[in-house]
Amino acid sequence: MVEASKKLSAPSGMQLSLLVLLRVLIGWHFLYEGLVKLANPYWTSAAYLAESQGIFAGIFKSIVANPLALQIVDFLNIWGLIAIGLALILGFLGTIASFAGAFLILLYYLANPPFIGFTYSMPSEGSYLIVNKNLIEFAALLVLAFYPTSKLVGVDRLIFKA
Amino acid sequence: MSKKNKSTEKKPAIGRRELLKGLATVPVLGVFAYQYLQKQNFKKRKKQQIVSELGLDDIKVDPPCVIPSRSGDRLRLGIIGYGGRGRHLVRGAGFAHPDWIKAKSKQAAENSLNRELQTFMEQEDLNVELTAVCDLFETRLNQGVETSENEVSPIKNKSSRKAKAYRYYQDLLESKDVDMVIIATPDHWHAPIAINAAQAGKHIYLEKCITRTEEEVYQVTDAVKESGVVFQLGHQNHQSESHLIAQQVVKKNILGKITLVETTTNRNSPGGAWVWNIPKEANRQTVDWQQFQLPAPHKVPFSLERFFRWRCWFDYGTGLAGDLLSHEFAAINQILQLGIPKTAAASGGIYHYKDGRDVPDVFHVVLEYPERNLSLVYSATLANGNWRGRVIMGQDATMEVGEDVLVSAEMESERYRNKIENGIIDLSLPLFSYKAGAQGVDAVTSATEKYFSSKGLFYTYRQGKCVDATHLHIKDWIDSIRARKTPMCHIDFGFEEGIACHMATQAYLKGRKVEWDPVKKRIV
Repeated sequence: MVEASKKLSAPSGMQLSLLVLLRVLIGWHFLYEGLVKLANPYWTSAAYLAESQGIFAGIFKSIVANPLALQIVDFLNIWGLIAIGLALILGFLGTIASFAGAFLILLYYLANPPFIGFTYSMPSEGSYLIVNKNLIEFAALLVLAFYPTSKLVGVDRLIFKA
Repeated sequence: MSKKNKSTEKKPAIGRRELLKGLATVPVLGVFAYQYLQKQNFKKRKKQQIVSELGLDDIKVDPPCVIPSRSGDRLRLGIIGYGGRGRHLVRGAGFAHPDWIKAKSKQAAENSLNRELQTFMEQEDLNVELTAVCDLFETRLNQGVETSENEVSPIKNKSSRKAKAYRYYQDLLESKDVDMVIIATPDHWHAPIAINAAQAGKHIYLEKCITRTEEEVYQVTDAVKESGVVFQLGHQNHQSESHLIAQQVVKKNILGKITLVETTTNRNSPGGAWVWNIPKEANRQTVDWQQFQLPAPHKVPFSLERFFRWRCWFDYGTGLAGDLLSHEFAAINQILQLGIPKTAAASGGIYHYKDGRDVPDVFHVVLEYPERNLSLVYSATLANGNWRGRVIMGQDATMEVGEDVLVSAEMESERYRNKIENGIIDLSLPLFSYKAGAQGVDAVTSATEKYFSSKGLFYTYRQGKCVDATHLHIKDWIDSIRARKTPMCHIDFGFEEGIACHMATQAYLKGRKVEWDPVKKRIV
């Protein structure tokens, strides 16, 4: 991953500012999603996973069927969102946070993909065909992973240069 | 970009400029925290205003299963009528047929979300022994006996004693090995068996509808009251948490003055219209037809159709009135304590299933309660599956009660006018919702939660486990026998249910409105 990102020239000026803006916005989104779930004692990923369709549906559904697995997944999801959100905003371990965020979003996408013929009881706030906001956020996080900004603007600048 | 590369190569010590760039985004966290707290406070204030205004703070959801220790002697159970419903009821007491266990473990292996077997095995040990089985169809009689022998059961130290098989219920009721009976026969047998059971001192769990005729309601009620046995009518929906919550919502007058209740049945399958399977083993040798039709008003030649699909004929039951209106009436009566209506009107017809039945497949009933200023409307079809729900309509709010409870404020409500205008009550969201399984009550819900509630789609496996309502209803009955208390769906309630349903049936058959005479205690 690091090798790949090194091949790309570091962004500067307006490019850097916009990439940092993108990083902070996605971080904000992750952090709030995590905190909302943390604050709601009744929140669980069960309903979302139980509705899963597509090739990974079996795995997601087996999580719902196992109370311990569900508890672990819910815990990791909440704290993963919060940790990734904080890391993206602060620019702390930026590349790792971007990859981790992309991975998490990819899981959401794969759990309920907007493919033709798949319908879900939970209404989406827009209309999607294959591409939805999860997929776009996933791609945006990959951009951030390959154009790392945290060593330029972020806590990583202090850590890795000290 | 080349400039940037050069600057990174120099690696200077942390200076002011470095510190600024390193911590440039930290203020964002400050803004986030401030906004987050603002939003939390806004939601909390809004919720608190609604909660305190409506008195929702003390609506509590009791855990579905409070497990007392099983003390005392093992109670001995007899089942009369081991058909589809009888099997389910006996499972509720802790006894399943080996074939059912096999089928359910196979389903669980194929679909990890199928938890029927697990739910059964996690049922409370009711400390019961299945000692007697009675059925007029030999195959089912044998299955009942096999069920008693099955070791796979939530009952610890289950007795391995084989249940005794009885062709005639009178012999079963004479047995000293039976303390209590579940009666799950066709409706025309309910009264004779229940009356004899009460006289024999056996505690009774009787399936709905309580009886086939009005006259029998009086007879069963008298027999049960005179004998003092513990009687439970089979409306397992009384155990539903949503009904208990709905009851509290009504008590707190959140809906305002209620003038209309609409409740419905929509089914669209042969099974839902009582076109049940006729087993291949059934024939003149294995089915006791003469005994079956003994209490029926009209005697007809041997008919497997009538034996297995008895709900289609008035000779054995009352069709939609006894099968499904009875459940709906029981639910509404539990929530609103309406009692017997003053009048009943009914109409409908056999519009889809022209298969020789004489009970209607489309059926509508209007029950009037002038003293309560309220009408209860029931509407049913067996040829369409559109979900219409169960709705209680008040001047200030509407409540839908199914597996979940959803209360929405009325746009024109005087009481909530200020709150609606001030934006405290958002009409696009429910005023109150209760989600089955979530063990929680939430005053202001999100759009997603609203959708889950209306679909009845809510899984949770963290707090509270999944429990079968039939098991809870059987448990309530058995606990009541042990504690000598009155069960939830007691005989007075059964009386009201029976009379209301028979008023509907009589109105349909007579083609006119019928009335309840509270002095003579008769339908006129």
